Amino acid sequence: MLAVSYNIGQQVSFGILALMMLVAAVRVVTTKNVVHAALWLVIVLAGAAAQYIMLAAEFVAVTQVLVYIGAVMVLFLFGTMLTRSQIGKGADTDNKSRASAAIVALIMAGTLGYVLVNSFHAEQLPDVTPVSTERVADAIFGQYSLPFWALSIVLTAAAVGAIVLARRD
Amino acid sequence: MLLNEFLLLGAALFCIGVYGVIARKNGVMVLMSIELILNSVNINLLAFSLRHGGDVTGQVFSLYVIAVAAAEVAVGLAVVLLIYRNRRSIALDEMSEMKG
Repeated sequence: MLAVSYNIGQQVSFGILALMMLVAAVRVVTTKNVVHAALWLVIVLAGAAAQYIMLAAEFVAVTQVLVYIGAVMVLFLFGTMLTRSQIGKGADTDNKSRASAAIVALIMAGTLGYVLVNSFHAEQLPDVTPVSTERVADAIFGQYSLPFWALSIVLTAAAVGAIVLARRD
Repeated sequence: MLLNEFLLLGAALFCIGVYGVIARKNGVMVLMSIELILNSVNINLLAFSLRHGGDVTGQVFSLYVIAVAAAEVAVGLAVVLLIYRNRRSIALDEMSEMKG
């Protein structure tokens, strides 16, 4: 532990981002207002994109911003609008199993935390070396092209299915 | 950077998402909690990608996870919309027709 060199800038930015993400994530699952929950979710997703950059995955970070913050959030806001979810104070958004949900989440957090701390102790990540997007593309269209084709079919089927489900006739 | 910092952040997000899936009644909010879970998985994949010296496999699969999540949200919101149209409500605990 003592011999390791800490990059203070990295640590500080990780800490700020992680704290922001956790606070926003808790607000996503506790706020009474659906639109507020969607906006808190934007903060979590943007924080995750920043963490991806700290993990040397720029292309994934950009995709996260485009797909999640760009497309998925618009879908969520349209979903909120079209279903006229109750918005505002007094809206009933939680069911009766809140206590058991909290117990399940706490047990799971305890188990995961114990296992992770026990197995990885203070293992250091190697220094960040930029991974070129070219290598990611080579892997997608080379070694992992079969899941890529399967995923293309899944996306097409999902898009067509969503239109078929949502159209009115 | 410690590997565990990222893994513990992912674990915390995962647990918050699980709480949301169980405790929420509004269908749209359950889908948002599922997004939290999928993002925690992506943080784990990328942390291990960096741990193995910039192996791109983790990045490739996190991209696939993002694509699957987009498909899931599209279908999920269409289903929620359909439920709303039929029942004028998206409270998930009121749906018990399929209870045996």
